[in-house]
Amino acid sequence: MIEDILSERCTGCNACVVACPDHVLDPGVADGPPVIARVEQCQTCFLCELHCAHDAIYVAVEGPGAGTTLHHPEALIGRLRHDYGWDGSTSDPLRDFWQLGPLLREGLEISAARHARRQTRALKEAGTGQEGDDAAGYPPAKAVTDDPTA
Amino acid sequence: MKAIDADVLVVGGGMAAGWAAISAAKTGASVVVVDKGFMGTSGVTAPAGPNHWWVPPDTAQREAAIRRRLETAFGLADPEWMERIIDITWRSIPELDPYYPFSGDGKGGLFRSGLRGPEYVRALRRYATDLGVRVLDHHPVLELLGRRDGSVGGAGGYDRLGGVSWRARAGAVILATGGCGFRSGLIGSYSNTGDGYLMGVEAGADLSGMEFCVSYSISPAWLSTRTLPYTGARYYDASGAEIDVPAGANRTREHLLVLADAFRAGPVHADLHEAPKALRGVVRQIQPATVAAFERRGLDMFRDRFEVKLFGEGTIRGTGGLRIVDTGCATSVPGLFAAGDAATREHIAGATSGGGAQNAAWALSSGVLSGQAAAALARRQGKGAPDAALEPLGRAGLRPAGGSRAVDRKALQKAAGDEILDLDKALRRRADGLEASARTLEDGWTEISQHLRGDGRDAVAARETAAMVATARWCNAAALARTESRGMHVREDFPRTDPRLACRQIVGGLDRIRIRPDGARQEKTGGKTIG
Ligand SMILES: Cc1cc2nc3c(=O)[nH]c(=O)nc-3n(C[C@H](O)[C@H](O)[C@H](O)COP(=O)(O)OP(=O)(O)OC[C@H]3O[C@@H](n4cnc5c(N)ncnc54)[C@H](O)[C@@H]3O)c2cc1C
Ligand code: SF4
Ligand code: SF4
Repeated sequence: MIEDILSERCTGCNACVVACPDHVLDPGVADGPPVIARVEQCQTCFLCELHCAHDAIYVAVEGPGAGTTLHHPEALIGRLRHDYGWDGSTSDPLRDFWQLGPLLREGLEISAARHARRQTRALKEAGTGQEGDDAAGYPPAKAVTDDPTA
Repeated sequence: MKAIDADVLVVGGGMAAGWAAISAAKTGASVVVVDKGFMGTSGVTAPAGPNHWWVPPDTAQREAAIRRRLETAFGLADPEWMERIIDITWRSIPELDPYYPFSGDGKGGLFRSGLRGPEYVRALRRYATDLGVRVLDHHPVLELLGRRDGSVGGAGGYDRLGGVSWRARAGAVILATGGCGFRSGLIGSYSNTGDGYLMGVEAGADLSGMEFCVSYSISPAWLSTRTLPYTGARYYDASGAEIDVPAGANRTREHLLVLADAFRAGPVHADLHEAPKALRGVVRQIQPATVAAFERRGLDMFRDRFEVKLFGEGTIRGTGGLRIVDTGCATSVPGLFAAGDAATREHIAGATSGGGAQNAAWALSSGVLSGQAAAALARRQGKGAPDAALEPLGRAGLRPAGGSRAVDRKALQKAAGDEILDLDKALRRRADGLEASARTLEDGWTEISQHLRGDGRDAVAARETAAMVATARWCNAAALARTESRGMHVREDFPRTDPRLACRQIVGGLDRIRIRPDGARQEKTGGKTIG
């Protein structure tokens, strides 16, 4: 969830108020920083941070699971905008974007091969010689993942 | 009250809305886009990087692509529609050259099939604006406005930054409001609450394919990201033992069933030790936000084991939505069009999710087609009734039938999500379970339609609640009515596919839901195809 607007960097331009798709922010008073008015609507999409040309926003990552939420880690301020290449650091921000599809498929193949190996092993151990792993009597589900981006 | 006037009013600010606005503006029509959020960050396209169905104009290749995809459409798709969207997609993306930083494809050419979300929607916005489109951000639409003859002639909404209501008169309206993710946390879907379905049905339009809403994507438990890194993941159950999860194309259901069993027993973890080697070097560039999800918790995504969750995608990567009746993406209500995830995607994906290629090509192409058809209609018929004669059509959440009183919106929203997205309910549909869900959703709908009312900014949240419960009700009723298994819709009590039911299923109605088989062939008269 959006964590903070760093007042020492913020120019009060309100670009983030407009850019947030979920209406989390309200304009600040006078030229002051915007107010995080409806944090419960924040979907942690980082897009306000991306659209702040002054790197004055930090979106923290909360919720269940591993790790510890970092608050204002100095090294990460502006990092996302840099990774997107929106800070002008690269003239070709999408040079490796084409790898998305091939990598996705490679990941799927790795998982499929792993599954096949385990099935073969299980069958050997059981000594049945039967093939396949029909899921509990359902019709063969032919749904396609085929999701080169996700 | 702010007054807006346009030949074509486009509702939404994602991919479909962008392409619709562009194609309408190219015909010379005056076009206004009204988005709930910001056209550039809102919708599921923006934080993503959609890959499009991308097949060169070679007859053999295109036929083969269509044939392959028909195999998993389970008899509900239409090869002519497939061909159409492949062609429009192929010809449209290069138009973005001046606005999008296309880069190499690793083979000496340009990579055009996939576009990174924030840059994609920014490009659409700039292109549209250059063509004279007026974009109104943070102008959620609350309801459609009807003319006396039953056609749609505008929309009304609220300007949430300006704090005023607005009313737009238009020659035609395009609903490009996206699918409904029931606030599952799926990234980008917070605003995708099914508003367009509710508004469309209130105006008299039908829905189709709502039973096809069984789709999930895996992410770290704390934040939905794109799923690219996880395709090679290994999974561990609550006891720490590795789970043997089926994987691969065409195995989505088995994959989900095994994971669902594991989730029932306790938290499920994953690690990415075996992810493709090359991913490490490029994931930060391809999907910066995915890296941030780990980095901002002090985790190394390729080293640490982490808890995962399946995020429900509802109709976003399901295939149901507003029924369209011609190749211009018109609904059955004159003046009202539907594009993108707001429309049914059965024509191009049938009973299997089109996420991954078809959906983006559909959002683009249905945008293009609806934009042209809506502009043509506006040109032919003008704006019809003078503003005063337009009747507001919104009911639940705006003009409840009984007395307005406090309604527990959070609980109702949660019920809508639970009934449709709960893994066991969705993957193991049975009459008794669906009937129980129907009763819960019916009670919720009665409460909402009788008593829920929001004013001003609060009307937006009230309508979102109404739309989610209404959508859940339609999805559930459609699932109950389809007494067979087909594609992503699997009934435990009807495990076989019934050849007699190989047709789309139309759902409509508000207080009384009506369901009927779609016997009609696609009419091919209405809108015109490009080129
Ligand atoms: C994780 C994920 C990965 C995906 N990857 C792919 C892929 O690789 N290939 C592929 O083909 N497809 C993919 N898809 C699907 C694809 O992204 C969608 O089909 C496409 O984005 C739909 O575009 P849209 O414009 O219809 O909807 P959206 O982009 O969701 O836009 C909906 C818009 O409607 C607006 N809106 C909602 N309600 C209102 C209202 N009441 N008033 C005004 N505006 C409103 C929202 O603000 C938003 O701007 C993916 C989806 C997900 C979730
Ligand atoms: S975009 Fe950045 S600089 Fe502008 S108001 Fe927001 S935080 Fe401040
Ligand atoms: S992270 Fe996304 S939802 Fe949250 S405040 Fe920023 S832009 Fe809005």
